[in-house]
Amino acid sequence: MTAPVHGIDAGAAAEDAGRAEAFLAPHYRSMGAQLDATKLGTWLFLGSEVLFFGGLFTAYAVYRANHPDLFRYAHHFLDWRLGATNTLVLIGSSLSAAWAVRAAQLGRRRTLRATLLVTIALAAVFMAIKYVEYSHKLENGVFWGAAYRPSEEILSVLPPALREAAAIPRHVGVFFSIYFVMTGLHGIHVLVGMGLFAWLVRRAGRGDFGPRYYGPVDLVALYWHLVDMIWIFLFPLFYLI
Amino acid sequence: MTDSHADPAEPAAAPHDPHVLSPGVLLGTAGALVGLTVLTVATSRIPLGPFNIVLALAIAGLKATVVALFFMHLKYEGRFQAVVFVAAVFFAAIFVGGVVVVTTQYQPDLEAAARAAAAKATSARP
Repeated sequence: MTAPVHGIDAGAAAEDAGRAEAFLAPHYRSMGAQLDATKLGTWLFLGSEVLFFGGLFTAYAVYRANHPDLFRYAHHFLDWRLGATNTLVLIGSSLSAAWAVRAAQLGRRRTLRATLLVTIALAAVFMAIKYVEYSHKLENGVFWGAAYRPSEEILSVLPPALREAAAIPRHVGVFFSIYFVMTGLHGIHVLVGMGLFAWLVRRAGRGDFGPRYYGPVDLVALYWHLVDMIWIFLFPLFYLI
Repeated sequence: MTDSHADPAEPAAAPHDPHVLSPGVLLGTAGALVGLTVLTVATSRIPLGPFNIVLALAIAGLKATVVALFFMHLKYEGRFQAVVFVAAVFFAAIFVGGVVVVTTQYQPDLEAAARAAAAKATSARP
């Protein structure tokens, strides 16, 4: 159980041993018990997030099952290249978040700070691309529900067969209601994640984290991976099919 | 790590053994996710009818599993954490599936009723 983990910086580990105790909440017997309990709590929270988004995926599934032509029509308004780029950006940010956990576990403070900052930067790139997508739609009247009034300019991106009046399905705005709520709620999760990572950068700069105390890095990374996981489903469902 | 509870004499800041992912596993996981992203874009180009959505969801499910097992350490954690998460996904899936089955069942009735109401409205007009 107490076998040393290879690669831990011996000096950092010794310094860490003293600091870590300061972060042991009084109701836990040990750092290990604290980590296990907080991790289980985080997984329960992630389970509730799955159910939260599950309601929205249900709205998507019901509307799609009953109106498949609407989804085949409306997905032409989304640029799959931007969606695919954002998928790769989030995979990169998940990699840096997982790397930050490794760096914290090994007591490598510079790597920890660097990987946390890279994660924030990639999250910002994701939001910048979302901003480009949203503003293009909103400037062209592609709103949710009954407010959907597409401009001639945006209709010209449709394949010729779909530009005929007979090919336009009813209630296109409902697709965009579902689109804006699902990607918007996901975007809010990205912003929350950026705030959490900024908090970790501050604490990492103070030298809080090391081999005996890395829980917050681990738990924020878990949340971040869930945000990535949800996008993994949103991308094909909206942009590709 | 879980047996760190076992010893009551354990000091508060006892070292426990974190599971550290190697750079190879981290990069391999990210590489697999990028590869599967390329695959899902490529296969969405092939017209397969309703099978496109099945394939896209299967690839997304595989990607999510890869994220959970490696990036989220689920492969190396206690089984209970996996049970918590898989149970949530399972019940969300039951919810989605059940609601889709029910609504698609009644959709033809709704459409027929809408058509009948529209026909009645036109015939009632003088």
